Amino acid sequence: MPTSFNNPFEALLAFQRALEARMASDWMDATTTGLGSFPPINIFQKGDDFVAVIELPGVDKKDLNIEAKENTIRISGRKTIAYDEAASVHRRERVFGVFDRTLSVPIQIDPDVVKAEYRDGVLALFIPRAERDKPRAIEIR
Amino acid sequence: MALQQELQVQPKREVEKKRERTVPSAAFLPATDIFETDHALTVIMEMPGVGKENVDVSVENDVVTVEGRIDFSKYEGLQPVYTEYNVGNYMRSFQVSSKIEQSGISAEITDGVMTLVLPKAEKAKPRKIAVG
Repeated sequence: MPTSFNNPFEALLAFQRALEARMASDWMDATTTGLGSFPPINIFQKGDDFVAVIELPGVDKKDLNIEAKENTIRISGRKTIAYDEAASVHRRERVFGVFDRTLSVPIQIDPDVVKAEYRDGVLALFIPRAERDKPRAIEIR
Repeated sequence: MALQQELQVQPKREVEKKRERTVPSAAFLPATDIFETDHALTVIMEMPGVGKENVDVSVENDVVTVEGRIDFSKYEGLQPVYTEYNVGNYMRSFQVSSKIEQSGISAEITDGVMTLVLPKAEKAKPRKIAVG
């Protein structure tokens, strides 16, 4: 499903619709710990490779551990919030605690080449498909 | 230990439309903590994906409005294959009761979390009344 990003106003809506439409997908059903686990993960395809985008606002980079092994990627860490004890509270909606989630990707990957980027509270994992897993064109003689 | 609790996913809440908008996209309410001390009101909002160049804070008629825009161009060329959350701009406003010293407002954003400190105007600070 190619998504066009020409009109900047329509683009975000189209993108949101595309995300919404994928919500019910069972593509990863058996391979992640499932819906409801923290942190929520979006997975995108970019050519042969995958990109996982994970929202982790307020998590310090040093409290974040990412391990890759075979075709699984484990994301664990803790989120802490420092409260000023003397203050009176009007709203407290943010949550904190520990998290641990393992993601299995349905492709073969090279754990050594998985790249992680954490910026503005969003973790992006670049998961390239292993060379040996790439489809080969078969020449017809 | 409160710190050891396992984190649960908070589904994003969409902004209810109080006014009509011309931008055809959904906006979300950032999870927010608000604290008040004698000197200031502190508002902490979680807006993952929003950098410091993409956030607007305004105070008008005792209403604090925060708008955070995500850098949507990063998603160009990506096709969603599995999703658990939606992505969009953030928008939230609060009516504050205390008079705010507009010139003293400070805001910073780290790791997608914005901390907004709204100092109270002198006259709004509580006075200790000595019993004679």
